[in-house]
Amino acid sequence: MRILSLLAPAAALALPAFAPAAAQLRVDINAGLSQPLPIAVPTFPAANATATDAGTPADLGGRIAAVIAADLKSSGLFRPLDPAAFTTQVSVDDTLRPQFAAWRTLAAQALVTGTVAGNADGTITLACYGYDVFAQTELARQGFVTTASNWRRAAHKCADLVYARLTGETGYFDSRVVYVSETGARTRRIKRLAVMDQDGANHRFLTAGQALVLTPRFAPNSQTITYMSFEANRPRVWLYTLGSGRQAAIGEFQGMSFAPRFSPDGGTLVFSMAVGGNTDVYKMNLASRAVTRLTSQPGIDTSPSFSPDGSRIVFESDRGGTQQLYVMAADGSGQARISFGEGRSASPVWSPRGDLIAFTRIGGGRFGIGVVRPDGGGERLLTNGWQDEGPTWSPNGRVILFQRSARGGRTDLWSVDVSGQNERQVPTPLDGSDPAWSPLLP
Amino acid sequence: MSSKRLILPLLGAALLSACATKKQALPPTPPAEAAPPAASTAPPTTTTIPGDSPVGTTNVPGSVADFVAQAGSDKVLFDLDSYDLNDEARGILGKQAEWLARYPNIRVTVEGHADERGTREYNLALGDRRANAARNFLAAQGVAAGRMTVVSYGKERPAVEGSDDAAWAQNRRAVTVIAGAR
Repeated sequence: MRILSLLAPAAALALPAFAPAAAQLRVDINAGLSQPLPIAVPTFPAANATATDAGTPADLGGRIAAVIAADLKSSGLFRPLDPAAFTTQVSVDDTLRPQFAAWRTLAAQALVTGTVAGNADGTITLACYGYDVFAQTELARQGFVTTASNWRRAAHKCADLVYARLTGETGYFDSRVVYVSETGARTRRIKRLAVMDQDGANHRFLTAGQALVLTPRFAPNSQTITYMSFEANRPRVWLYTLGSGRQAAIGEFQGMSFAPRFSPDGGTLVFSMAVGGNTDVYKMNLASRAVTRLTSQPGIDTSPSFSPDGSRIVFESDRGGTQQLYVMAADGSGQARISFGEGRSASPVWSPRGDLIAFTRIGGGRFGIGVVRPDGGGERLLTNGWQDEGPTWSPNGRVILFQRSARGGRTDLWSVDVSGQNERQVPTPLDGSDPAWSPLLP
Repeated sequence: MSSKRLILPLLGAALLSACATKKQALPPTPPAEAAPPAASTAPPTTTTIPGDSPVGTTNVPGSVADFVAQAGSDKVLFDLDSYDLNDEARGILGKQAEWLARYPNIRVTVEGHADERGTREYNLALGDRRANAARNFLAAQGVAAGRMTVVSYGKERPAVEGSDDAAWAQNRRAVTVIAGAR
């Protein structure tokens, strides 16, 4: 996707002399969830009439606005106004010189608008503008050029732009989720890898379901996925290349290999191997395929996850009697327990911001998602369910996706803000488990 | 056999007459819409075919059914989050080993399983522990290591559906699968 820097219109540059010296509009990312910011996202007007595979620009304008509004709403930080309340249609000129008074009467505090054009080469151009309605100032602007089939991604990029400008954090809407789609009786469950946009759109299956597959995770380039497959009844770590659809085991090992994750630079896989009933953590250099053993305790050492700077690895071990979290250097040295207290702590995953580790907390017959600092302090439980497990972080470390199983019932994907608020189900065609979020797409 | 042939029709006649006498005490039956196929229409010889007792089955020595029957079970169960073999499990595995000693060419896969109440990756490791506990016991009883492979399914292949203690107890197991039987 090509990103354009749009020329600032004269009107936006020349602030009205009477504009109040208002404080900069800003969404407090921690307090914002209790009072989401009212925001207007009217249909984007067409800049021309050139139709593409995604339809006419006029038709696309409404769909793009809807995607942006849904993104912002899902964060829990914004309250998009009902488009039915919008009295007039926004013109191309309005996108550069918004009718602030009209939006003010609707109590919109921010406005996301822009234009859509079709191009002769089949691409589309989306111009995206964000405004502070009360200060009557421009907050952000960006143009996006992309293939027509990518129109939703352009909308996500626009939503990310506005989210970033208003919260001060990077966005996460232009990203994907890989997960395991489940169907059938529990005793003969059919599991398939599936990938979709973070909002559930563009869903597609990657494997046909003959082989049991588990725990897919994205490479930092978002193009390769590592996962575990029971292909030929030999449970091993595999790699799936999205572009080509190529699938290959990473190697032949003495025992079962599982629980794979990429290093932040994509050059290393960290995973577990079970040999003779003892499970340890190993890493593989993907270029040389050289394998290094990182733990050697007689216990279950599994679910390793790199810190975003690649210097450390968090994992779980039952060496102390029950599943608990441990942190070690990336070479396996300095292994130290960081979770204490009652219950068990499992399946840790390091936040891309580095500040927190999300994990599964088991205790009192319940499974919940928790977060803890890498030094073991500040532990908080975010969810509490019959069986919530397997957290994964949004690219900006603000939202956690996990799987939730009802007792004897469905297994679905859910998201929760890192504050513990804004629990939402993520729609999937069938049951879903083992979600893994991609980095922000380029 | 020949004496039975004579007796059976007589016995049948006696039973019929007993029924007939009882029937008289009941209200009149509605007219039959269609007479059941009369016994007289069938060739009389059919009633005298020998061996009309059900065909019995027996476990072919060396078969999966024979293995399960001789060993008592093809699986052993485990306590919560445990991979210790209890006395019952040791008894079953001992008999499995005896059976395997009689069929030295048969290979087995020992599957380890966990109940659903654990995290996915830990349960894969736990299943591996259980499979190895069973395998190691079989090996100690003389089953050659080269005849056995282990595989853990974690919580992915429960034996029974259900989300209660009874179901979970059935699903925490190691299963000795005769190669080619699955």
